[in-house]
Amino acid sequence: MNVRLYVWQRLTAAVMAPLVLVHIAVILYATRQEMTAADILSRTRGSIAWASFYALFVAAASIHASIGVRNVLAEWSPLSDRRAGLFAVIFGLALLALGFRAVAAVVLT
Amino acid sequence: MILRTKHRGSALWLAAVVHRLSGLLLAIFLPLHFLALGLALNGEEKLEGFLRWSDQPLVKLAESGLVFLLAVHLLGGLRVLVIENFDWHDGQKQLATIAAAVSAVIAFIFLVRIF
Repeated sequence: MNVRLYVWQRLTAAVMAPLVLVHIAVILYATRQEMTAADILSRTRGSIAWASFYALFVAAASIHASIGVRNVLAEWSPLSDRRAGLFAVIFGLALLALGFRAVAAVVLT
Repeated sequence: MILRTKHRGSALWLAAVVHRLSGLLLAIFLPLHFLALGLALNGEEKLEGFLRWSDQPLVKLAESGLVFLLAVHLLGGLRVLVIENFDWHDGQKQLATIAAAVSAVIAFIFLVRIF
């Protein structure tokens, strides 16, 4: 892993640490309340706070996960560094697109 | 080439493997998670249908596993950030054990809540 990717990996990890804690708290709260889709969407739709929170989460997770996948492929698979990098970029972009789509689905009215 | 594998019995080697595998499994799960949430684009009923499908015991069990993976990856990652950015201190194995134990507790709380 080159220095630039290493720094991005650690930076996104540091950004995500508090986000993951909040996300786990939300998961535990939502399961406790036995929420329906209507309950969830009534809280998230039109909320700038949840939109910002999860948009940042998606961006950080996409970068973090794609770098992690690149490292695993480069070290544990027969793929060359270049091909592992190419796969990671495609995977990261797909995560970003699907993630923002998901945020839009629960936030936009 | 001589392969040195003695380290593989170490708790800290295990912590590194758990961190990597949990990250990999979470990366595989993420697109599915996003696709599931994206169902809301086709109407509230689609998402509701998926949520009711996820009420099945096996799905709930799998969700508990995912909560464990998320917690163990978070705590394992915090351990790495602490090691890399702060002064070294003894007790790394204890930290790794605590990370696994706290993750198990969080997953257990989730399990108790959903069943």
